[in-house]
Amino acid sequence: MDSLRDKIIPVTTILLGLVAVWYVAAVFMNAPFQRDLDRRGNVTRTTLEFVQATLSQPKPTLPAPHQVAANFFENTFLRKITSNRSLVYHSWVTLSSTLVGFLFGTALGIAIAVGIVHLKSLDRSLMPWIIASQTIPILAIAPMIIVVLAAVNVTGLIPKALISTYLSFFPVAVGMVKGLRSPEIMHLDLMHTYNASANQIFWKLRVPASVPFLFASMKVAVAASLVGAIVGELPTGAVAGIGSKLLAGSYYSQTIDIWAALVAGSVVAALLVALVGLAGKIVERAMGAQPA
Amino acid sequence: MKLRPSVQQDDFMNTAVVSASGLSLTFQTNDGPVNALSDVDLTIGKGEFVSFIGPSGCGKTTFLRVIADLEKPTAGSILVNGMMPEQAREARAYGYVFQAAALLPWRTIEKNVALPLEVMGMSQSEQRARVSRTLDMVNLTGFEKKYPWQLSGGMQQRASIARALAFDADLLLMDEPFGALDEIVRDHLNKQLLELWARTDKTICFVTHSIPEAVYLSTRIVVMSPRPGRVTDVIESNLPRERPLHIRETPQFLEIAHRVRDGLRAGHSYED
Repeated sequence: MDSLRDKIIPVTTILLGLVAVWYVAAVFMNAPFQRDLDRRGNVTRTTLEFVQATLSQPKPTLPAPHQVAANFFENTFLRKITSNRSLVYHSWVTLSSTLVGFLFGTALGIAIAVGIVHLKSLDRSLMPWIIASQTIPILAIAPMIIVVLAAVNVTGLIPKALISTYLSFFPVAVGMVKGLRSPEIMHLDLMHTYNASANQIFWKLRVPASVPFLFASMKVAVAASLVGAIVGELPTGAVAGIGSKLLAGSYYSQTIDIWAALVAGSVVAALLVALVGLAGKIVERAMGAQPA
Repeated sequence: MKLRPSVQQDDFMNTAVVSASGLSLTFQTNDGPVNALSDVDLTIGKGEFVSFIGPSGCGKTTFLRVIADLEKPTAGSILVNGMMPEQAREARAYGYVFQAAALLPWRTIEKNVALPLEVMGMSQSEQRARVSRTLDMVNLTGFEKKYPWQLSGGMQQRASIARALAFDADLLLMDEPFGALDEIVRDHLNKQLLELWARTDKTICFVTHSIPEAVYLSTRIVVMSPRPGRVTDVIESNLPRERPLHIRETPQFLEIAHRVRDGLRAGHSYED
């Protein structure tokens, strides 16, 4: 009952509000084209008919929610998974490079954080570059990564995954630096009184203390990975993936397809973030965290 | 520097657990130097229960941290078990109990108590035996698998005392261990601590800012005062070793408490 009152009702209210705004916007944005069409075809409509027409154009400026939903449902559930029109197929292509990039990025982020926490020289030299790396627009650097790697015969999954890595290592590195430095002075003093080695302090104190920080930053990183994978599909004219669906949709003005692909991407992102969150909850519960 | 005690001193060193002479520590802060400890001479014998009392800033915690090699003195000398503090720490000569229980939240009570044993590389069976023995000493048997948040503040502090006892160091350093607990729990833990001390023959250095607590627990009370942090009085207690809680209403007890208060006043501890 509490989750109904605390979560479901507020979220649903906002959703209904957004859908309402979307319908109104769709009518207004599609109206000029419809008016043009009707004038040329010498059609006169009642207001209700006109509104209905704006919401059922084949290539609308702004598709109505039910059009997107129908397209999404059709291309997700009614197509064979192997079909190149199936959103499941395209999502899987994007997801696979997202996951590879996310794993690379998490590993790289952790490695950088461990280095920074242990070596003062790395703290001073690396941190500014890490921050600078994220100020470069990913749209600018993505095509170059793909072109350069293609020149050395690395194509397919890996270049896309590397773009995901580029976006996802950053939150993990920053979060883990914070996490590995999170033990209290008192706990560090305690380990000191036992004459614990740096290695023991790392494994018995710093690593367990950093776990909540790791999962929080991995949530951000996995969403960034997905963005990286989609962006990586745009400049190559990739034949498969959510990015390629977006690109193809915009070539052929298939606005409904674009929106459906967008929804597919959001669903994948939400699932990934939820999965990481769930994994974090399970791990923290296993580490004796107080149930919230 | 003379690090090694001479042959004649050896006999003395066997009974002196802590011996400080001319010990000073000055912190360099942004507001200029702070004399946390100034010219402290003190010898603590084996089996003593010594309390350090004084207002904040008198250096009582700093003195404990110097014994523990958590701070380095800037002048004077100090030996712990006849060794430099650093060597004593490396030899795991003492157990330290902090103001807060400082249990690791991701470890169960038994794993928290086993932490120093793990660090010291003891075998699993040895760890298990010591954990159950020390948890029994602090009356926490049955709580092995609980996490710290499942225990009350007093129980958490008892677990942290068990952790300090687990590796059988002869010296126990306690920095206001019961300061955050309510008076009823505190009375109870004071009594348990005395019983523990009587049973184990350990030397205990105990920092507190409570006069009744200091008098109730100690064989000797070191009164300190701030700016600069120094020892103003050392009071021997003639209370019997067997001390029921109601001893605190006897004239003998009040007499000692009165002398502690006088000592604090002489050190200007009640002035701003």
